Amino acid sequence: MALLEVKDMTHYFGGLRAVYNYNLSIEKGEIRGLIGPNGAGKTTIFNLITGIYRPSEGSITLDGENIVGLQPYQIAAKGIGRTFQNLQLWRHMSVLDHVKLAQYAKIRYGLVGAFFGTPLRHRQEQEIEDRALELLELVGIRHLADQVVTNLPYGAQRRVEMARALATDPKILFLDEPTVGMNPEELKDMMEIIRQVHQELGLAIFLIEHRMKVVMDLCERIQTLVFGEVVAEGTPDEIRNNPVVIEAYLGKEIET
Amino acid sequence: MTVVSETIEKRRSFWSIVRDWWLQYFSEVPLLAWLVGALVAAILEMLVGNPFARLIGMPRGPVLFGFLIVLKTPVLIPPAILYNIVIYALPVLLVARLIGGLSNKLAAWLFQRSVMLSTIAHLTLMYVALHVWAGFNDYRVLVVKLILLAIMVTLSLNVVNGYMGEFSCSHPGFMALGAYTASILSILFFVDDSTFGPALLPPAIGQFAFPIILIISGAVSSIGALLVAVPSFRTRGDYLAIISLAFTFIVKSLIENMEIVGGPRGLRGQPDWATLPVVFVWTMICVWVINNYVRSTFGKTMNAVRDGEMAANAMTINTRRTKMVTFLFAAFWAGVAGGLLAHVLRYVNPGSFGIQKLAEVLAMVYFGGLNSVVGSIVGAVGFNLLSEALRPLELYKWIIIPIMIILIMIYRPTGLIAFTEFDVKKLIQPRNKKDREA
Repeated sequence: MALLEVKDMTHYFGGLRAVYNYNLSIEKGEIRGLIGPNGAGKTTIFNLITGIYRPSEGSITLDGENIVGLQPYQIAAKGIGRTFQNLQLWRHMSVLDHVKLAQYAKIRYGLVGAFFGTPLRHRQEQEIEDRALELLELVGIRHLADQVVTNLPYGAQRRVEMARALATDPKILFLDEPTVGMNPEELKDMMEIIRQVHQELGLAIFLIEHRMKVVMDLCERIQTLVFGEVVAEGTPDEIRNNPVVIEAYLGKEIET
Repeated sequence: MTVVSETIEKRRSFWSIVRDWWLQYFSEVPLLAWLVGALVAAILEMLVGNPFARLIGMPRGPVLFGFLIVLKTPVLIPPAILYNIVIYALPVLLVARLIGGLSNKLAAWLFQRSVMLSTIAHLTLMYVALHVWAGFNDYRVLVVKLILLAIMVTLSLNVVNGYMGEFSCSHPGFMALGAYTASILSILFFVDDSTFGPALLPPAIGQFAFPIILIISGAVSSIGALLVAVPSFRTRGDYLAIISLAFTFIVKSLIENMEIVGGPRGLRGQPDWATLPVVFVWTMICVWVINNYVRSTFGKTMNAVRDGEMAANAMTINTRRTKMVTFLFAAFWAGVAGGLLAHVLRYVNPGSFGIQKLAEVLAMVYFGGLNSVVGSIVGAVGFNLLSEALRPLELYKWIIIPIMIILIMIYRPTGLIAFTEFDVKKLIQPRNKKDREA
């Protein structure tokens, strides 16, 4: 059974059909890509699966369990971690706090611990902090732990988002254009991090990306979305040579 | 041009001299020594305060560092400054400097024993100094109590408006609920009264039941908060501001129309239980609990709600729960403060929990600084001292204070001391390296 299974998902914004008959099945440890021109509905698909919108039709199951209708935080706790296309960091908070907060689901000390500082709280806070530092080490920004995020360069902010998403202990990681706006140097680092996360933590990864090089290098299978519909699905080579894709997406890029 | 730059040069060098002097002599003085210094100054004032004041031409020792007389009799400003220097500043500096080394060793010893013990020792010393200082004059006792209560209210509103970034206007309503609940309970059970009849329980145990009464008042406020929170936290935006403002007015007019609690005339006859130590202990508990909450990962979810609720939700945080818990928690402390206020003044009327109270509390929060425990304390103390100083202006005070708030909003939008963490450990540990590392 697939880890994440989406069947016949359709979504309307009022009269506008944003996603039509979308199907997806991701296995454990797989890297899957989703490409498509601007406005094709890629981010909408992310938002539908992570519970920000509720699909008009269709079913979504994670590990065989239905997740349609759950709140976003419940879906996140079940194992879908995500990053956002335009960074959604908490601007007054330190890097360390970001990664600590994403472990909210682990907190067991409750209100009594929060109000009165019980020994259980101190122990758990320590565990959370240790784990947070581990993750910061993994994405290579441990030395920035005490900085406030707004003071960081763009590439580092992207890494904070990555570490924060990993801190939720996901089974599958949704990356919404993780390399957008990056210079070639940062791009190389980010791809390295994605590979490393994939290998070390054994996560499945679902990736939206505009840069062909990134998707083609990283993904095992790629879907192409145009106006909310999947027009092609296959390995990078198949996608590259698919006439429909070239016409709808790659072809335009070559012309310009 | 050159003249201007020269004066700036001169001024900077003056301040740098002061700073160097301070760093050289006082950078290693721990909090413990400052508290002892304050105690010595308070004792000194009790012994020679009034004679000294008469000697330099004042009728008696100034009540609040001369804040009260600044506008009433400006001619007394120079003697007041002299008084402050001789009675407060010099003894404090002298004592702090003299016992600095010794108190560092003591602070280190206490700190190693346990942080809790050390904190309690510091608080005890602080209370003793405050008690002696306030004992000089009855008016001081009242002002200190009101300032301590203002700290509680400011802090609890800062939790909602600062830490969580929602705009709540219901604090006067919560305080009114707390004040009336506490008053009714204590009069009903422990006082022979014409409206509520004879005391149901022996008045002697009233003092011991007071904490329970206050906790009940806080709980009643929390229930009131639930009524505001359920409809307004479904979405974000201005809904909370509108609904909470309505709540304040509803509570006020509800009480005004309840004849049993005296209607607009108010309710009097609360027993004299809110003594200075009682108020002090409650305030310290409030600061401690709120500081615990805002520094825990659980409490920091408030900041995540403020800075990006969608991201918080995607990071497993149950934001609805955070908002509910925080709002009810803040209302609890507003209720407790209200209950204490009723017993400090021994009179309570609905008129004092209206829009003016709201302006006052908001002013203290935004003056002191959002998202900061220290800021709230500074805001409450600073605002109250200022408002005492402006008291002779009567109603015009309410023109000057809003103007001041507007200026602060323009030049320091988040307040004087915003976005800081209040770490008690840092405050009470010894200041020199040797003792800290020992």
